[in-house]
Amino acid sequence: MKLKEIAEILSLRPLTPAVGHEREVSGAYVGDLLSDVMANAGEGNIWITLQTHVNIVAVAVFKNLSAIVIVNGRMPDADTMDKAVSEDIPILLTGKSAFETAGKLYQILNVQNLQG
Amino acid sequence: MTDKTYEGSFHIVGGDFSHAGEASTELKTILLNAGVEDEFVRRVAIATFEAEMNIMIYATAGILRYIISPEEIRIIAQDMGPGIEDIELAMQEGYSTAPDWVREMGWGAGMGLPNMKKNADIFRIDSVVGEGTTVEMIIKR
Amino acid sequence: MRLKEIIRLLDAVIITNSRDYEAEIEWACATDLMSDVLYYSRGNSVLITGLAKQQAIRTSDIADIKVVVFTRGKEPDTHTIELARKKKITLLITPYSMFTACGKLYEKGLRCCPE
Repeated sequence: MKLKEIAEILSLRPLTPAVGHEREVSGAYVGDLLSDVMANAGEGNIWITLQTHVNIVAVAVFKNLSAIVIVNGRMPDADTMDKAVSEDIPILLTGKSAFETAGKLYQILNVQNLQG
Repeated sequence: MTDKTYEGSFHIVGGDFSHAGEASTELKTILLNAGVEDEFVRRVAIATFEAEMNIMIYATAGILRYIISPEEIRIIAQDMGPGIEDIELAMQEGYSTAPDWVREMGWGAGMGLPNMKKNADIFRIDSVVGEGTTVEMIIKR
Repeated sequence: MRLKEIIRLLDAVIITNSRDYEAEIEWACATDLMSDVLYYSRGNSVLITGLAKQQAIRTSDIADIKVVVFTRGKEPDTHTIELARKKKITLLITPYSMFTACGKLYEKGLRCCPE
């Protein structure tokens, strides 16, 4: 499934509108500990997190993640945004919690798998 | 709570994560034993826990004082720490100067001060760079 | 959602439990950051976290959270288990990631703590 389709269904607000929305999403990972995400997130995953620190972009680049979704209405600072644009990592925002965002995305991705 | 006023204090040593939260837990127990409403106890426990963690994360040492009266609790957290350069910035949700190892412990994501403010009826913070920070909170029943 | 249903949906291993399996758990909170647990959670919730450490138990006790689930099969040390037992917190381990755990609980109607 493409990132832009997911963004539309979940009403995610792109912080970096020009970046990566045609990208394919392979699945998702939820986590706020960078070491955990470094160790366990899968290539092409959407990463759902509360972290806004500039280091999240480096993790996303290293793990080749498809996008970062920042939850609970948290806003990253200018450093994070600049880095995301220069490293070509889409960041999307939502006012919803990680639990709800993951819950809905799980259903969307599951339905898609069932339909092949 | 009875009509008496209780006072007490806890000493907190910076960096001592194995004892993190013990002061707030003890205060929580004191309040529960005094028969105070659960929701009030929860607010006090959360605000105190955040103050305790801030001392533990950022300061060399600190002291947490409490004064319980029938109407309210007053908590004063005073530390010998680096102080805060820009308090307004530090109060913003998600702003943090915590190092990575603290973040890997599940702390330092910039919600500590906002959390204290959220749970306190009156919140004051005073800080001198190079000397330390004092937070005063009053939580009413 | 009843505790027993949470255990079943998450294929969870029970490490400590002092409550009835029929007990109703009202809300869920999924995070690794402890201040966010304190900020967003409510009492009588389940916390789903990858932070398989004492901090998670201590924070849950402060926030009146009754059930804690460690994700990805992470086994806590004995201090963490002891603290959970002492604080009467039900401690579970699920083999699933936080994403899958949230998905399975959300699908069956559990919701996150309202603000």
